[in-house]
Amino acid sequence: MMRMSPSEIRLAVAGIAVLAALATLPLFDNGYYLTISLNIVLYAALCTAWTLFSGPTHYISLATAAFSGLGTYTVALGIDALPFPLLVVAGGIVAAAMAGLVGAATLRISGIYFVIFTLGLTELIRQIVTRVQTKFGKSTGLYVFTDFTEAHIYWMLLGLTAAIFLTGWLITRSRLGFALEVIGEDEEVARHVGIDTARMKIVLFMISGAFIGMAGAMLAPRYSYVEPPSAFNPMISFLVVIMALLGGTRRFWGPLIGVIPFTILMDLVSVYFPNDSSIVIGIAFLIIVYLLPQGLTGRLEQLWARMRHPQEHDKAAAAGERP
Amino acid sequence: MEIIVTGVLLGGTYALIALGLTLQYGVARIMNLATGETFLAACFLAFWLFTAYAVNPFWGLAVIAPLAFVANWAIYLFLLQPLVNRAKDEAMLEVDTILATFGLLFLVQGLLLRTFGGAYMSYTFLAERFELFGSQYGLNRVVAFLAALLIAAALYVFLYRTRYGTAMRAVAGNPHSAHLVGIDVARMAGLAFALGGAITACGGTLLSTFYTFDASMGVVFTIKALIIVIMGGVGDVRGAAIAAVILGVTETAIASLVDPGLTLASTYALFTLVLLFRPQGIFGTRRS
Amino acid sequence: MSAALTATRIRKAFGGLVAVNDVDFEVREGELLGLIGPNGSGKTTMLNLISGALKPDAGEIALSGSRISGLPAYQIARRGVARTFQLVRVLPSMDAEQNVLAGAAVGGRRLWGAPARKLARELLALVGLTGREHIAVADMTYIDQKRIELARALAADPKILLLDEWLAGLNPSELRIGIELIERINRQGRTIIMVEHVMDAIRTLCARCIVLNSGRKIKEGSVTDVLSAPEVIEAYLGDDDA
Repeated sequence: MMRMSPSEIRLAVAGIAVLAALATLPLFDNGYYLTISLNIVLYAALCTAWTLFSGPTHYISLATAAFSGLGTYTVALGIDALPFPLLVVAGGIVAAAMAGLVGAATLRISGIYFVIFTLGLTELIRQIVTRVQTKFGKSTGLYVFTDFTEAHIYWMLLGLTAAIFLTGWLITRSRLGFALEVIGEDEEVARHVGIDTARMKIVLFMISGAFIGMAGAMLAPRYSYVEPPSAFNPMISFLVVIMALLGGTRRFWGPLIGVIPFTILMDLVSVYFPNDSSIVIGIAFLIIVYLLPQGLTGRLEQLWARMRHPQEHDKAAAAGERP
Repeated sequence: MEIIVTGVLLGGTYALIALGLTLQYGVARIMNLATGETFLAACFLAFWLFTAYAVNPFWGLAVIAPLAFVANWAIYLFLLQPLVNRAKDEAMLEVDTILATFGLLFLVQGLLLRTFGGAYMSYTFLAERFELFGSQYGLNRVVAFLAALLIAAALYVFLYRTRYGTAMRAVAGNPHSAHLVGIDVARMAGLAFALGGAITACGGTLLSTFYTFDASMGVVFTIKALIIVIMGGVGDVRGAAIAAVILGVTETAIASLVDPGLTLASTYALFTLVLLFRPQGIFGTRRS
Repeated sequence: MSAALTATRIRKAFGGLVAVNDVDFEVREGELLGLIGPNGSGKTTMLNLISGALKPDAGEIALSGSRISGLPAYQIARRGVARTFQLVRVLPSMDAEQNVLAGAAVGGRRLWGAPARKLARELLALVGLTGREHIAVADMTYIDQKRIELARALAADPKILLLDEWLAGLNPSELRIGIELIERINRQGRTIIMVEHVMDAIRTLCARCIVLNSGRKIKEGSVTDVLSAPEVIEAYLGDDDA
């Protein structure tokens, strides 16, 4: 099962080389480029983790901000008491538990209930956390003081992204990944060939949620003061959906193609058109639906196939059979 | 007791946005995530008419409702019908319409922010005290409730006593069969979508008379409408109305007795209960 | 021959419409049972009840003695029930091999990797699609897609195979090939329930058949008996296939 084809080995080596190169970035720049690269890597992690679930199942999750917020808060709560790596893992577990609850409640029914539920989930958790904080804490926020610099966070997120990629790759080659593909193609057929669709969806949603939670946890040191509105910002969920769909979710590496340009775009928008981010996001969704339903990777793959098809067309015609 | 009455008054206005969405999802099969924006835009429009031109919101209805009708008709024709035509199955259509109406949500929200800014808006209209069952309530709430009742009744008459309305119910029940008996399903869907938008806008207009709103509230209204529609049983008008009242009462109760910051939590609690124990809603039929 | 499947007093209603009304029958191991009746008589509903797509309101269905009615469809599939659908349902973005693998991966045989691909090749050859493993099913003709669906059902090595009007829409030569294929599969020992309208197929393939009308079983027996029975002819009056 771990046998890799020569092209896959070449890809893996290239990937490791790219990773190593990216890791050296903080040595060259400590300001703007590091910050924006951090954002890119953050969203790369979030979007790839999101696609692990939403790609094969076609269920649009808007719970990303809820999971990452839970990760951030887990760290903020425990930062004075527990070691950081443990808190990151804990953040992942908390997010996975939430994913399990949400999944169990909504994934046994149709996809639309899932989308609706996750739409307000972030706001819901924000409200609850705010209430709990004001009732049991002195203020609505928590202080997070660490020795971590932006470079440290960058490296952590880079490592996490690599781990998510590895997981995605392993899943696609596995029976689990195949079962998920079948579910995405035709859920009724999936059930009739013996696939426990409900359980698979929930498990996958939990894996995806865990990674997102860990990303949020790693992000906590970036704020010195963690507050519910910034930790549980629904905008994160929407941006992740756009970037992932823009890149294309048919391949688990698709979202990466959407993350890089869109992160840069949003950064420019926040500088030059700060009040119009909603409009940009709205237009982005519309472009995705009408012009790029399979994302950029889908569109590129279509063009690729059409370029190769004329050859196949000619070959078949020469052999005298219908293509 | 006060809580119940206030809750019912609030629920009555929620009912209109839920009825609007029921038409849009039940007949046109569009899960319109932008419905909260139609609602909110109506709030702003009513506000603007009142503060700039001293137009009574109830006269405002006569302007806003047709405007919303035309706007939603255009949205269906140019934005949504192409998706309906190209979708290979229902699941694909659902995803496409969710994304498209989502885009619309943000677009409208952005435009509202640009035009009106991010501040909270409200205006005083019929704010005198009105006595009901021994307690004082704002007259505006009571009148808004009565108006909502009238509009809902008018909708009922339309759906159950006119040809167009019956045709719509036929499309909602079974679009394929409706087509076979000669109903122009596409036209009915567009009509239902437009009508749904108009009714939602009426709800927004009425709510603006007693509610404080800001440009980013659209999503919250959408979520409430979605949850009400699902609770009531998708496509069922009576269910939506009842569920709206239940939500209004629950929300008011939680806000008064526990914490006004937990309104969404109460909504979600109800939603989760419905999903776990009766996913087809109060009046819905289990779709196999 | 022991009973592969028994259905006892099955009832299923949709609102006011009773689709299956107090139906009993038994399918013996290795048998090819025909399930016929005019349109709307409840045949497909009956298959849906067996495969778990629907749950009966009353009655019990047992596979090799153990109860399957009321279980979720995926569990019933794992116990050995496989089917084709009235409107063919192939997995649209996948190729032929992957479609067949879907049947083998989780249910019945739980195969993966090289042995699974070998099985897929064998089954595709059986249904007449040799060498077409890597063709996208979306590019195939309707009848080839039907064959893929059949191969997928067989991939699970089912105890009982449910065919929902699998021979519908075929021209005479395709029909002959299709009938031969089903006969071959049955001769290998496969228990089959066949819902059909094509009476030639029923006459050729089935020793025994059951007739439904408006949800009730109106006749059961050998094909000649059943097709000459007055109540069956009357049920089909107005139907062109009788």
